[in-house]
Amino acid sequence: MTTQATTSLAERLVARFGDTLASVKTVRGETTIELAPGDLIAVATALRDEAEFRFSELIDVCGVDHLGYGQVEWDTEDVSSTSFSRGVEGQAIGRFSWDERPHDVNIPRRYASVVHLLSIQHNRRVRLRVYCEDDVAPLVPSLVGVWPSANWFEREAFDLYGILYDGHPDLRRILTDYGFVGHPFRKDFPLIGNVEVRYDPEKKRVIYEPVTSVEPRVLVPRTIRDDSRYEQAKAEQGPASGQK
Amino acid sequence: MQEIRNYTMNFGPQHPAAHGVLRLVLEMDGETVMRADPHIGLLHRATEKLAESKPFNQTIGYMDRLDYVSMMCNEHAYVRAIENLLGVTVPERAQWIRTMFDEITRILNHLMWIGSNALDLGAMAVFLYAFREREELMDCYEAVSGARMHATYYRPGGVYRDLPEQMPQYNESRWHKGEDLKRINAWRQGSMLDYLDAFTDDFPKRVDEYEELLTANRIWKQRTVDIGIISPEQALAWGMSGPMLRGSGIEWDLRKKQPYAKYAEVDFDIPVGVTGDCYDRYLVRVEEMRQSNRIIKQCVKGLRANAGPTMIRNYKVVPPSRVEMKDDMEALIHHFKLFTEGYCVPAGETYAAVEAPKGEFGVYLISDGANKPFRLKCHAPSFVHLSSMDAIVRGHMLPDVVAMIGTYDVVFGEVDR
Repeated sequence: MTTQATTSLAERLVARFGDTLASVKTVRGETTIELAPGDLIAVATALRDEAEFRFSELIDVCGVDHLGYGQVEWDTEDVSSTSFSRGVEGQAIGRFSWDERPHDVNIPRRYASVVHLLSIQHNRRVRLRVYCEDDVAPLVPSLVGVWPSANWFEREAFDLYGILYDGHPDLRRILTDYGFVGHPFRKDFPLIGNVEVRYDPEKKRVIYEPVTSVEPRVLVPRTIRDDSRYEQAKAEQGPASGQK
Repeated sequence: MQEIRNYTMNFGPQHPAAHGVLRLVLEMDGETVMRADPHIGLLHRATEKLAESKPFNQTIGYMDRLDYVSMMCNEHAYVRAIENLLGVTVPERAQWIRTMFDEITRILNHLMWIGSNALDLGAMAVFLYAFREREELMDCYEAVSGARMHATYYRPGGVYRDLPEQMPQYNESRWHKGEDLKRINAWRQGSMLDYLDAFTDDFPKRVDEYEELLTANRIWKQRTVDIGIISPEQALAWGMSGPMLRGSGIEWDLRKKQPYAKYAEVDFDIPVGVTGDCYDRYLVRVEEMRQSNRIIKQCVKGLRANAGPTMIRNYKVVPPSRVEMKDDMEALIHHFKLFTEGYCVPAGETYAAVEAPKGEFGVYLISDGANKPFRLKCHAPSFVHLSSMDAIVRGHMLPDVVAMIGTYDVVFGEVDR
């Protein structure tokens, strides 16, 4: 995968699809296409069938929840005026229980479905990203008709994120328990879960109860640092750069 | 005439041929499978969600536990994803070590596979043979990391420490003494590289032994030849990779096509199958063991020629040595910050894949610039392969389902994650 080949891939994508694609970016040799849900099937079919693309394999479909993107629990930016906090507050997944989970979180473009494609013929990869337009019922067209391997990946994204794949033949839960409630990988789903299971000797069966045996806690607060030391460290490391 | 209807049969989740916790709901017409519905997720541990709540380095250990028979390959994909985003380059020697351990891992995985698959299909002895060599390679894992399986050996920026100068030896015990002790310690007199030299000289003969037991074995062939044929078109449509894809005759190997670590500098061949049945995939995997052996030999040579650091000296990412830490204030601060906060990875997204023994193991990592991943997605080859189960086994007999589960080489650690 040389950089040159990928750059030309981005150009060819723009030339072929034009305004259909919201954006085409190549970072570190990886090309990412962003497009509207409505155009997904047409673009995917073209990417699979047309000789210059030939993305014959769908590698992965992955749900993403952008709630809390870029938010920190431990602020290191304005400390000269306020001093450091203890870094024990915040709404990250490990900090709340099922009852305390954040409600009414409504951010635009919260859910995305990310597809990775591989072309065996051209030895090339591409990434498609589709943002769901609606937060309450995130809806994306299903790619099962284009690549059958999308089947389980879409079931997984539905199970974990609640993204609905329109046209999927069998959109059942896949990884979670039978009768599970909620979509556990959403950022407003607590890390400790909502129910726990134990055997009740009186009822002589396994019962489900709200979680009591685990306390929500986080050992290391989430923090973002983008100061110069990372650049400096890169320079100190020497002239060698770029991963093979 | 009596009306004959299909009936539904439950297979697993506690079944010796289910390779862990696969529950299959099979719709049968007599002995013929009309529909297979795999129920997975019984081993789901939300690894990817746990990773979102931990600093980057603390997740390396979780990677071992995904595909728990090809541990270091999973680590490799994960650390490569982080290295991509950090923009760091791994020292030569660490790349050689990673290449070597990836191949050791491949042999470990294929040994496990050949043993358990043969066991599923009625050949007891292969399992015992395969586990004999597995033990010898596990010792290498233990020698570098202290753990036989869950090594946590690869780190962003290199590997945790250099190979040992002295291969650990067996002590005298009630079970190992006298001549026996001398025999099992014979390879262990020198360094780990000497040990691997001895192993790689010996291993082709061991592979011959497995082939002796299986390749021309009538029962083995009856159970695998022309069973579970996957056409190249089907293999692509179902997103297959690794031996599953190569068994169907498509020459695709990330080690050759998108080389990482030192794969561009070592010499090896990619075996491919012809018909795409279980027997071809068996032959492909056996040949892969021989090729891995070849690569390990070259890596030993490469490691002897390349002394040097096994970690970058970027203390924003990698902790300084203990000696330095006790001598230098700056190093102490770095050490403290790394172990209380970790390092921040620049915002961005990347997909890093390696050719794991089972196929393409990839890590899709989104970072928002924090010291924890924002989203981590592991692309597990077993998951993809298992999803094609229904399409492939339709029309096969019930015992062929067992052969198929075996040939998929599924491990539930990575199917369920």
